Amino acid sequence: MTPANKKRVLREMLFARRFEERCYEAYVERKIGGFLHLYPGQEACAQGVMEAARPGHDYVITGYRDHIHAIKCGADPKAVMAELYGKETGSSKGRGGSMHIFDVEHHFMGGYALVGGPFPLAAGIAKGLKMKGSDAISICFLGDAANNQGTFHESLNMAKVWNLPVLYVCENNLYGIGTRIDRSTAVVDQYKRVCGYDIPAAQVDGQDVEVVYQAAKTAVDHVRSGKGPYFLELMTYRYRGHSMSDSNAYRAKDEERMWGKRDPIIILRDRLVDAGEISLDDYKAMDTEILHQIESEIIKFAEESPEPSVDELEKYVLADNDPYVRGGVR
Amino acid sequence: MAVMMYWEALQRAQDEEMTRDPLVIVMGEDVGVAGGTYKATKGLYDKYGAERVIDTPISENGFTGLAIGASFIGVRPVIEIMSVNFAWLAMDQIFNSAAKVRYMSGGQLTAPVVIRSPGGTAHQLGAQHSARMEKVFMGIAGLRVVTPSTPKQAYGMLKAAIRCNDPVFINEHELMYNMKGEVPDGDYFHPLEGSEVARPGRDVTLFGYNISVHWCLEAAEFLATHHGIDCEVVDLFTLSPLDRAGIKASVSKTHRAVIAEEAEAPVGVGSEVIAIINEECFFELDAAPLRVSAKNVPIPYNHKLEKAAIPSAKDVVHAVLKMFGK
Repeated sequence: MTPANKKRVLREMLFARRFEERCYEAYVERKIGGFLHLYPGQEACAQGVMEAARPGHDYVITGYRDHIHAIKCGADPKAVMAELYGKETGSSKGRGGSMHIFDVEHHFMGGYALVGGPFPLAAGIAKGLKMKGSDAISICFLGDAANNQGTFHESLNMAKVWNLPVLYVCENNLYGIGTRIDRSTAVVDQYKRVCGYDIPAAQVDGQDVEVVYQAAKTAVDHVRSGKGPYFLELMTYRYRGHSMSDSNAYRAKDEERMWGKRDPIIILRDRLVDAGEISLDDYKAMDTEILHQIESEIIKFAEESPEPSVDELEKYVLADNDPYVRGGVR
Repeated sequence: MAVMMYWEALQRAQDEEMTRDPLVIVMGEDVGVAGGTYKATKGLYDKYGAERVIDTPISENGFTGLAIGASFIGVRPVIEIMSVNFAWLAMDQIFNSAAKVRYMSGGQLTAPVVIRSPGGTAHQLGAQHSARMEKVFMGIAGLRVVTPSTPKQAYGMLKAAIRCNDPVFINEHELMYNMKGEVPDGDYFHPLEGSEVARPGRDVTLFGYNISVHWCLEAAEFLATHHGIDCEVVDLFTLSPLDRAGIKASVSKTHRAVIAEEAEAPVGVGSEVIAIINEECFFELDAAPLRVSAKNVPIPYNHKLEKAAIPSAKDVVHAVLKMFGK
């Protein structure tokens, strides 16, 4: 990564942090409803992988912790926030919510709320890309706990048998909802589980965005060159509970403190400061500017946008006026 | 019009659509090299190759999800689920992904997959290979459910389903694949919504779908000959959405209704049709509608018990005679 890129990456990760923290506030203010799963602590994962991929060209799919992945693909943060507010201007027109952000124009194929659901969907997107002779790849981001679903095993098997261009990124934050990984999972190192499918796999530090980028570059190159699927495990930590309804009482304070010292934004910031690329004042100015942008553009847009009309409640259930439904086409 | 078997009609529909569109693929257990459990994909593997006629691992939820994902970017998969009982395993992907993705993406994504599966009771296959599941599929918004009763419908509905932009579940029947019937020679697209009058009549409407249409036709013939009762038979080839207008029109004409379904009565096609009659034309009725349904049991292995669990044309006759006080 060039110094200019690193500064941009720092800004984008800080933006992701502040965006999610603002979502938290809006949720407490009851502007956002439903379930809300936030990303602070894990920013280097989506950021590092998408630095190595081609955002907007490669196809990305994930679970319900999806706001930042959508934005990394090119989704407008205003549309993402408006979706959380349930507005017609939201990325899914207010029909999806936090767990179902979509931006198909930028090849963000959605957030899905059934744990493990996206594994086969990602393999299917890869199958389609292969059939079409595209050089795009399919990238599936999911958490460690999803690997205890059958779809994990079924999808890895099919991806290998059919040599599909799919990269599975496992963001291992050590908890499945509120259960620590060693209490639910026989093999704690997730990359080891993949050898049963003869798929290359790696495990790296998910808190250092440069490490993630390097590992993702190897992974993306492998998949894009037609060598088949790859599995990348990123060791990370989420600062908040699983969702907003989670009191987070199940984690040891020592553990939280330890991971807090490995903050992905602080790691990169300090590295850039030490190298003389930025000053702490530059960083503070960057933060102030981001907070202002979130308030004056993004929140304002979400607040001021209209809600969907109840007259359109039944729109989008099925295709409108599909000629083959009525028959008689020749 | 050529006379062909139901499985041949399905095979021809897939063959023609695969020739027309290189993005049409077929997936399922043993659909390729083996040619399909009921021969519906016979010869396609040799003609189109392993990339498009895909023998899947026995991973119903996995390969159904994979087909749905492929459909997001323009592939037109036809999934064969060998027995509808195995579709329970794929319910997560069918319901949570295929049926909901258009809505929850605000219309950005659609899953134009076709899922074909035999869903009847055949001969002594036991409880886990004999379930009827159409009642489950028809209750889900975002999914079309059709069930062809003839080779012509099987051909025309499969062609239309492949081209339709919605996910379509096609409920077939193990005992109907060798049924013969006329199929139009050129491209023919059967509607995916509606119902049709399979036999016009004045005195009572017999509603059936898939195999039960044939019980109704047999019962109608018997009742006309032996009891002078003129039955109208309505083929509900679409289970979702059910044809409210067609149900209303026939009941408004005959003023009586019997619904024949191979599945158990609770939460079934019969309950739904009666609800529609109540909502659309209750005051047209001269008698309370009746259901002819399976007993509410897991299907037994023993042939006598199995026969006793599943209704037949005779049960339809009895229901009509009861309705007329005979």
